[in-house]
Amino acid sequence: MSDALLDVRALSKSFGALRATDRVDLDVREGETHAIIGPNGAGKTTLIGQLAGNLRPDEGRIRFAGEDITALAAPARSRKGLARSFQITSIYREFTALDNVALAVQAHAGHSFRFWRPARAEARLRDPARAILDEVGLGGRADVLAANLAHGEQRQLEIAMALASRPRLMLLDEPVAGMGIDESQRMIRFLAGLKGQRTIILVEHDMDAVFSLADRISVLVYGRIIASGTPEEIRANPEVRSAYLGEEAEG
Amino acid sequence: MNLILVIEQALNGLQLGVMLFLMAAGLTLVFGIMNLVNLAHGSLYMVGAYLATAFYQWTGSFLAAVPLALAGALAVGIVVEIVALRTLYERDHLDQVLATFGLILFFNELIAILWGRAAIYAAAPPWLSGHVELFAGLRYPLFRSVIILVGVAVAALLWYVVTRTRLGMLIRAGASNRTMVAALGVNIRLLYTVVFGFGAALAGLAGLMAGPIYVVQPGMGEEILIQVFVVIVIGGIGSIRGAVAGALIVGMVDTLGRAFLKPTLATVLSPSAADTAGPALASMLIYMLMAAVLAVRPEGLFSARGGG
Amino acid sequence: MSPRNRTVALVVVLLLLAAVPPVAALLNQPFYLDLFRRIMIFAIAALSLNLILGYGGMISFGHAVFLGVGAYAVGVLAHHGIASGYVQWAVAIVASALVALAIGAISIRTSGVYFIMITLAFSQMLYYLGISIEEYGGDDGMRLTVRSQFAGLVSLDDATAFYYLVFGLLVLFMFLVHRLVNSRFGMVIRAARSNEARTRAIGFSPYAYRLTAFVIAGAMCGVAGALLVNQTSYLTPEFMNWTRSGELMFMVILGGIGTTLGPVLGAAVLLLLEDFLSGWTVHWQIILGPLLVLAVLFAKRGLAGLLPGGGRDE
Repeated sequence: MSDALLDVRALSKSFGALRATDRVDLDVREGETHAIIGPNGAGKTTLIGQLAGNLRPDEGRIRFAGEDITALAAPARSRKGLARSFQITSIYREFTALDNVALAVQAHAGHSFRFWRPARAEARLRDPARAILDEVGLGGRADVLAANLAHGEQRQLEIAMALASRPRLMLLDEPVAGMGIDESQRMIRFLAGLKGQRTIILVEHDMDAVFSLADRISVLVYGRIIASGTPEEIRANPEVRSAYLGEEAEG
Repeated sequence: MNLILVIEQALNGLQLGVMLFLMAAGLTLVFGIMNLVNLAHGSLYMVGAYLATAFYQWTGSFLAAVPLALAGALAVGIVVEIVALRTLYERDHLDQVLATFGLILFFNELIAILWGRAAIYAAAPPWLSGHVELFAGLRYPLFRSVIILVGVAVAALLWYVVTRTRLGMLIRAGASNRTMVAALGVNIRLLYTVVFGFGAALAGLAGLMAGPIYVVQPGMGEEILIQVFVVIVIGGIGSIRGAVAGALIVGMVDTLGRAFLKPTLATVLSPSAADTAGPALASMLIYMLMAAVLAVRPEGLFSARGGG
Repeated sequence: MSPRNRTVALVVVLLLLAAVPPVAALLNQPFYLDLFRRIMIFAIAALSLNLILGYGGMISFGHAVFLGVGAYAVGVLAHHGIASGYVQWAVAIVASALVALAIGAISIRTSGVYFIMITLAFSQMLYYLGISIEEYGGDDGMRLTVRSQFAGLVSLDDATAFYYLVFGLLVLFMFLVHRLVNSRFGMVIRAARSNEARTRAIGFSPYAYRLTAFVIAGAMCGVAGALLVNQTSYLTPEFMNWTRSGELMFMVILGGIGTTLGPVLGAAVLLLLEDFLSGWTVHWQIILGPLLVLAVLFAKRGLAGLLPGGGRDE
């Protein structure tokens, strides 16, 4: 679809004999929250890696806002307006939460070949960073070392860093992974608040999150998209039920 | 410059390649399987050279000295592994570099205390000292020929062990997933010690063969170690095939370069310019080659891992 | 992490260093002036390595090559009759920066073990090159015909004046590095060390930043080299030997990675230790070697980490 913000065609990647991504087609429209679900081993991480620019696909192409970004590496994609959060928390542990977000802001606030002025004194970086921390609910923890944040807070920091670049598309890889019930609910409410303002691709296991947030869902099994549609359509789809949701009901 | 000379130098290049391969194989195995950067690998080479010279003088028999020196290098390697290196497997590369650097200082000084700092000129035994007539007009030193044969034999042995034996399978499995191998009930500690010992023996072998050809002195390990690094970078870390290819390439380029660069330059430059530029450039040749390979393939020619 | 304690420690160390010449004169021990001047020169070299190793996480095992380039710039020019310190040191800085650019451009495309081996290999290449050039003494080296001349400004033949020149440069470089690591540029370098994947994900391509840091560090070390050859009055390829690179790394680690004071402490401890041990026995390396191994195994945070409230810079 030409009006899709992200348009993925025939994306494939193999590791030796293992076909981790098998001719995946995906289109994500501007403003929608699109969830990707699938059983463990389905290839979700590999897919996200290719969308984010960490892995080179063997075949296929990825178009973002009409531009072919298949050959672009991760930093370039970020500069184009793609942001991601990691499934396994990947933050700057020795820096404070504020420093973390400020760095993400800095990457999109002009060049960084400045050698003299302390970055921590730049309001242009600190103010937006503080605002984003407030937005995600970490305002009071701005000066805490990231390593000393609770796990749930670190996941919030992940989201904050993704937001910091004012991205057009956010790739969120299991944002509520490892969070307790209360924290997950808070995060889901927060992400729900982003709906419409931002385009989100959400990889998730947590079905609460998926069904309350997603406008559309794609189901990934053994590297292939077996179904794609609205939550109701997916819930009713017999293939999906047996491959995935059926297992969920048992588990 | 005639054909005989070229062939002779090519054989010398092959012989250097063999020595580099023996060193590189040990180093790349240890890195590939235990993720250990071991700068003290050159010290094991030095130990092999000194032990061989000492045992030869002591027993009068080169044939006796060889296994004794090998056993000695193996023993030293195992002791070093148990005492100093076990704690380093879990550490990051920087710590490994620094700790093994400390070991180098220790070994160099130990050798200097035991044998003095002066260079020792070890001689090959009389029965290996002659020449062999390869074909009409080309007489090549017997000792160097033996080195080449030994090297090829070791390469074949290594290939056999790694691809056809259970130990080799464990080695290859350990290289890609050591937790898994440990979970299968294999004694990882023992495996590591065996692998390290094997690498030490290879280094010791290179060292004992080096004695009669190169100079034996404290610090000799580091000279060859730098070249071994170039071999591994060119060939690709963790790959025996890479070690073979890299060693042959480096051995050839270095030897042929040193032999023929100056006369070749003399045909286009003045003799005095060639005199200074020749040796200087020749000594830099393998590093320039390394830079060229890296520009095209940063992980080396045959990398077993993703590089770095 | 107490900035105040660290600043106090810093000031104390600098005051102690500044006090060495009068104290040495009082005790009639000019040797100490020489020793501490040497320590400060290596502190500058270690400071430059700390920039790329401590803050940047780039394990460069060939950093001593820049000591050599700086020293040779001065020595070779002096040999050919150019004794002006201004010219010599300018050449030292530019030459070191260019060599760093060349080595870095290739090496920084790699990482991890490759980077270590490659930087080592390139520095050895220049070391062998230095040995092979007979005109400048080959592996014996040669005497420096005359110290760098700074007409009217300062005479390096005056031991005390030379000392304070080095001291001034050390303080200057410490300040510059401090500004640098807290600037936007410094933050990117530190971020790339802390978490490379995250750094790329937010939109930075580390290569250009790392290369720039490498060049800056090389140039700074080149100045140290220019100072060193004036200190020893002797030019030798041994300045570039890889064992020297190893010593520099130890100074950085022993002192404490990623702190401003660390390199100074590390240089002081290592050189004082070497001096002390070599007074004991000519085979001091057999003691130093295991000591270094133990230090790596057990003293991970370095000396700056032992200071109350010490540790990483903020």
